[in-house]
Amino acid sequence: MAINVISAGLATSVQDLGRPGYYHLGIPISGGMDRYALRAANLLVGNDEGAAVLETVFMGPELAFTEDALVAVTGADLPPRIDGEPREGWTSFTVEAGQVLDFDFLKAGARAYIAVAGGIDVPLALGSRSTYTLGALGGFEGRNLQPGDELAIGSGGSGAAPGGSVPQHLRRLPDVPTELRIITGLYWHRITEAAGRNFLDDTWKVAPEADRIGYRFTGGQPLKFVPRQPPFGAGSDPSNIVDGCYPYGSIQVPGGTEPIVLHRDAVSGGGYFMLGTVISADMDLIGQLQPNTPTKFVAVDMETALAARHDRVALLNEVRATLL
Amino acid sequence: MKTRYCFGGDEHIFVEVDEEMSLDAFFKTLSMTNAVRDSQIKGVTEICPANASFQIKFDSDVIRPDDMLEELKSIEAGAEKSEHVIETRIIEIPVFYRDPWTHETLMRFRERHQDPNSTDIEFAARINNFETVEAFIDAHSGAPWFVSMVGFVAGLPFMFQMVDRARQIEVPKYLRPRTDTPKLTVGYGGCFACIYSVRGAGGYQMFGITPMPIFDPQQKISYLSDFMVFFRPGDIVKWKPIDRAAYDEAVADVAAGRFAPLIRNVTFALDEFKADIDGYNAKLVEALHGN
Repeated sequence: MAINVISAGLATSVQDLGRPGYYHLGIPISGGMDRYALRAANLLVGNDEGAAVLETVFMGPELAFTEDALVAVTGADLPPRIDGEPREGWTSFTVEAGQVLDFDFLKAGARAYIAVAGGIDVPLALGSRSTYTLGALGGFEGRNLQPGDELAIGSGGSGAAPGGSVPQHLRRLPDVPTELRIITGLYWHRITEAAGRNFLDDTWKVAPEADRIGYRFTGGQPLKFVPRQPPFGAGSDPSNIVDGCYPYGSIQVPGGTEPIVLHRDAVSGGGYFMLGTVISADMDLIGQLQPNTPTKFVAVDMETALAARHDRVALLNEVRATLL
Repeated sequence: MKTRYCFGGDEHIFVEVDEEMSLDAFFKTLSMTNAVRDSQIKGVTEICPANASFQIKFDSDVIRPDDMLEELKSIEAGAEKSEHVIETRIIEIPVFYRDPWTHETLMRFRERHQDPNSTDIEFAARINNFETVEAFIDAHSGAPWFVSMVGFVAGLPFMFQMVDRARQIEVPKYLRPRTDTPKLTVGYGGCFACIYSVRGAGGYQMFGITPMPIFDPQQKISYLSDFMVFFRPGDIVKWKPIDRAAYDEAVADVAAGRFAPLIRNVTFALDEFKADIDGYNAKLVEALHGN
């Protein structure tokens, strides 16, 4: 016993870098939605970058520590407090046995990552400690935390010193309004040219239905489809396809009305057409979007996507260089 | 059948083997994904076969997307020539059609259905030109089914019936998806049957329920102790209609660790199957029930 959960926030779960290799059986990769922040949190407390942390959304938990620990909170600007005294985000600090970690109101972003030196100790499930709630798999008993849960801390702490801090310019959060870069394709040809232009020109807003499975957007114009004879097995709605796989980050638009971008707990496939995919470098940012955030989808080519991917790694390398 | 390759962002390639569903498209999908697995291309992290398409996830720091695309295209030629013979298994799955739990659920969501005045199975029987629901159940449970995809949620099988197209059952999905579906519901959408592995949202029509769990993250169920997911693509399924008493007994057997699914290993050859569909299916069912 090392951390007692007094209150659990809205949805707080154990996550690491995820569980690759089982998507073909409908088990998604899971893991932190903002992996950049998750890695930084672990680096701050001297953990392996992929150690298990707590991911909390919008409203933080209240956690009582029963042993001394080194802690860091990254990601969303959700200011941590120890026994009511403020602590800085993106900076490691000590929590003593008997003290309570809780959080002030959310200032920016959506998801904060709470790393503890040694990592959150839950059993590995298919090689990962990440929680996949829909399948009741991994994490703490396959579910989000609840008041009364007792979390163990792993013994692998490195003895890092408190006070390590990620410089301001490396504390990555999306701009508001936000732009998400996408590569169009998959079933883009199902919509008319005008609908494609509107999709990219319109400003969408993050809908309240936004979670680890996917982020829904509203407010743009409904998409018009190219007329067709439905292929056998696809279904009669123009947005239907013969059930296929869904890429992470793919954008499906059921009925042509509200785009949904799939994320770490994605449904692995289904019968809705997709018009493109958010590039890997921008996936972390989606996990930090609050409901109602104005968002535009910007079409880019593969070279731009790969360059952005390298920029993200370079940023992470800067964090590593600062902290190691 | 025209194969279409497409990038899904910078980490996926989506390959549509055919726009429409057929056993030929499914088998080509299966041979291509097997070939990708065997070729051990560096950087591949997920190989996901679907009904008539598949998806490869890869690490674009290890292999450039364009190079990955070329690798896949070179595999297609070999897969065309593949003989479409697989070693697989046939499994009998008991179904309690028209059970009280899916009935309660479908009544709760009637306003989201095309035909609020009939049940899902009455609607499906009527639009597929069956005189009675009993005749519909005979057709549904008569010929076996291929598991053509596992996914949506953990361990959920999509199944395609092994009959010619004229006899394929087709139904639309709910007008708006339900927010609830009982665990182990036997469902139907488009030309696919499914079993909901977990409770949750769903848009498929609901025909019945099976007592046989197919996903167990705790791995406590006897036949899921080796691996938590029961189905894999290529499995063959034969439904066995059961009544309430047999359902209750099977549920008790599962709880007591006594339930053993009826499974036989079989060889399936697509060409021989296509030459005599009913005869071939009869032999498969014989293999299931023989010694």
